[in-house]
Amino acid sequence: MKQKLTSLWQKVFGDSVRAFGVVSVVFLFSIAIAPAKNHFSEWRHYQHGYLKMIHNRSDANTLQRHVESGIQQIWLPELGVVDRCTSCHVGMKEPSLADVSSQPFRPHPVIPHKLDQFGCTVCHRGQGAATTVAEAHNSTLAWEQPILPAKYIESSCGECHRGSLPGTPVLNQGRHLLSRYGCVNCHMVKLPDGTTMKASDDPPSLSHIADKSTREWIYAWLKDPQAYASTATMPNFKLTDDDARDISAFLIANSTTLPGDSVTLSAKPSSDPAAGASLYGESFCASCHAVQNAAGNMVGGNVGPELTKVGSKVKPEWLQAWLQNPHNYDPGTAMPHYRFNSGQVATLSTFLLAKTDSDLLANVHLEAATAEQIAHGKRLVSDDGCASCHEIAGIKKPENFAPELSRIGSKSITQLIFHPGMQHTLPDYIVGKIKQPRAFSPGLRMPQYSFTPAQVDSLTTALLALNEHSITLPASLAVPAVAESSYQPAGKAGKLMSDLACFSCHRINGHGGDMAPDLTWEGSSVQRDWLVQFFKNPGTLRPALIRRMPRFNLTDSEANELTDYIMTVYQNPAVDRDSMQLSGYSQGEIELGKQLFYGKYSCQGCHIVDTKTDKGYIGPSLTHVGSRLTAAWTYQWMKNPQALRPGTIEPNRAMSDEDARALTAFLISQKGGATKETAKK
Amino acid sequence: MNRRSSANFMLWTAVLASTLAASCSRKSNSTQLPKPTAFGAAIVESSGGKQVAQTGASLPQPLVVQVNDEQGNAVAGALVELQSAPGVILDPANGLTDSSGQLTTNVSLGGMAGRYQITASTTDKSHKTVELKLEETALGYQQTLGSHLNTEYCDRCHNPESTVERVSNYDNLEVKPHPFSEGDSLNKMSDADLTAIVTYGGPALNKSALMPAWGNTLSKSDTQALISYIRAIADPPSRAAGPVYTKN
Repeated sequence: MKQKLTSLWQKVFGDSVRAFGVVSVVFLFSIAIAPAKNHFSEWRHYQHGYLKMIHNRSDANTLQRHVESGIQQIWLPELGVVDRCTSCHVGMKEPSLADVSSQPFRPHPVIPHKLDQFGCTVCHRGQGAATTVAEAHNSTLAWEQPILPAKYIESSCGECHRGSLPGTPVLNQGRHLLSRYGCVNCHMVKLPDGTTMKASDDPPSLSHIADKSTREWIYAWLKDPQAYASTATMPNFKLTDDDARDISAFLIANSTTLPGDSVTLSAKPSSDPAAGASLYGESFCASCHAVQNAAGNMVGGNVGPELTKVGSKVKPEWLQAWLQNPHNYDPGTAMPHYRFNSGQVATLSTFLLAKTDSDLLANVHLEAATAEQIAHGKRLVSDDGCASCHEIAGIKKPENFAPELSRIGSKSITQLIFHPGMQHTLPDYIVGKIKQPRAFSPGLRMPQYSFTPAQVDSLTTALLALNEHSITLPASLAVPAVAESSYQPAGKAGKLMSDLACFSCHRINGHGGDMAPDLTWEGSSVQRDWLVQFFKNPGTLRPALIRRMPRFNLTDSEANELTDYIMTVYQNPAVDRDSMQLSGYSQGEIELGKQLFYGKYSCQGCHIVDTKTDKGYIGPSLTHVGSRLTAAWTYQWMKNPQALRPGTIEPNRAMSDEDARALTAFLISQKGGATKETAKK
Repeated sequence: MNRRSSANFMLWTAVLASTLAASCSRKSNSTQLPKPTAFGAAIVESSGGKQVAQTGASLPQPLVVQVNDEQGNAVAGALVELQSAPGVILDPANGLTDSSGQLTTNVSLGGMAGRYQITASTTDKSHKTVELKLEETALGYQQTLGSHLNTEYCDRCHNPESTVERVSNYDNLEVKPHPFSEGDSLNKMSDADLTAIVTYGGPALNKSALMPAWGNTLSKSDTQALISYIRAIADPPSRAAGPVYTKN
């Protein structure tokens, strides 16, 4: 063996000239490796493929002229972008290739940004500088970013855009869920602008829970909140029977009575069996509360809790006190203080209490709690972080109960523990955590949510947007969210408005809900008499809407108080109420307005002036508009509706002054006379 | 000597072959299809075709296909295989039909906007493949924006269906608007025509004045987004909606 090797050595290097020759050849080969590697590189292969593909197209010449060979690069130092993706994705900027289905030659779909200004990895992640498919897309090196799956792509929008965008429904929903399901009660989320994300789930205080519910209901609720209400936002803590028994024992023992939390009414409910349902309907309870109907569909809003089985939950005396004035039990509730008389309270509470589920509490039999059980319950309440969401007397709200999520989107996967069978990527980890939080290790406390797959994806999208990149973004690139103002009306009217919870539905000066019209300029918009009447008996303005303004049974002085405040304070400086009159328009002007209404502008498509002929059901009915709106507002509205109420769907028709004036004349002459005539007949 | 070496050789060959066979069978085990207990003659859609979702997102409803025999009765235990373009996640991608002859699959669409063809296949008694082709639509950024604008501004008149939240105004209009999925009529109109109608109202193309002008309310890019959405959901499909992504 050794002999053979020696002779081989002799053959190759025995002679010095021969040795030189051999070494040169070896050297030459090794030098040739680099250009060969370059020649056979993937991007060249794709560029050739592209040229071959466009060769037979009718616009081949134009396309060919756009092709630049060699490695392409988008370099944006301020964004940290070095993206060579366009070396293979050649047709990125060629909209005419829209019919091509094979990648990497598809043109980029239309987005509001330019590729040259943002690069690729800012949105798609991945390794921009890499020039092979594998390295660029799914780098195996743990510290590098793989491509972001398409379903989470909106998370990249969220890095710069801190508010909601019409084109990013998934991100918007994810952000909404983070606060709606109270995730941020336990997990702190500091936003890049320095604020902390706030929860919007409004969990009730448990300090007086014994006034409201029985221990049996609390037990059943703790065991499975969704069994009571499928729309409940409270997650399932997977408590054992004993733990649920002890927590319910503690909560009842810990509860104190609030004066006025329970009333016993002397009034009897209405003898009409349909009265309860019709009072529920008239009061538009369904604008905020949902009830599951016989077909299994949820009917109603989600501002307040679902009421399908409310009779199994609340004590009758508590419900009656609540219906009389909810602010007594919960001063911050979104529920308005309806001024029901005791007969109405009796009727409505009887109607609601009949909504029970006999199965819910059938198997709950709890014996009187022992001191030991109560103490154990208290410990569980602290350990499970109940006070992160609920106010509980004697238990402090824990700080940082769960890990902070402000930078979850750039968490390195080397820091994560995956369970077997999982793909090792950050999105998969987040999805797994949301779907089955306790599967990761025994003893984890995060409860089980019952999110749909789409909700999980949207939450993951919102969480991925919370990353280092977003925090270190140059301030010039950040698009801040429109912050909710802390506007509060002052004085007696202000108190009345919070008592009626106007802001649960209406928005004024950037504060409040979006269920009902923005009232910031209401004082310029409507006539005083109409508003007083509307408060006393809200009629239907938009027949197609299911949600309507409820009747609060205001007294005359309350209605006047509110009206005076609105008429003086909510004035738009651009609308001079006195600049146009409510009468005195010439017949010619009114007639011209009518022609414009039915002809040129065809307003009857959405509005009704004459109930006999018009059928438009989108905008408010205009049969009485002349006794509702001011002429100056109507005129300005014709000219530019969005200037008065941003976001209104009434199209801006860019009317001439004459057209706007004629239409105003026509509309202001609609004082509801037609219906009075028919009433007489 | 010779005989011994040949025996040796055969032994090694046998060992090699068996390991190969073992590894092969293990490989095919992981992708093995369930054994059908019955065979149908046709495969039909029960529900879940022609849905619209964002790119990469799961369809709102699962896809349900049904296997029938010659008489049109549902066949339980027939094998259904589903295939689509790369990037589409079918969960599960195959399975046996349940007692009502159906297979239910959750579908996540691929990352590119456009139409995705899903092929569902089963074999009949003579082992011939019977196929059913279904299409789903993925909306990209622009179409998603268009979809939002549609809900906000257009849907109430252009969509004849009412929902719990919103009553349709379609039946109240003297001249009926085109539902946006109505490819037969809308595909014939050019982008320029659609833009003109949206911007200047129906009379711009001698159509009803009940269609107002939106040019001062919607921006140019809004209008484009709306048109890209209309093209995406047209049925029959519009050519402008781009290619159909299929299994190959």
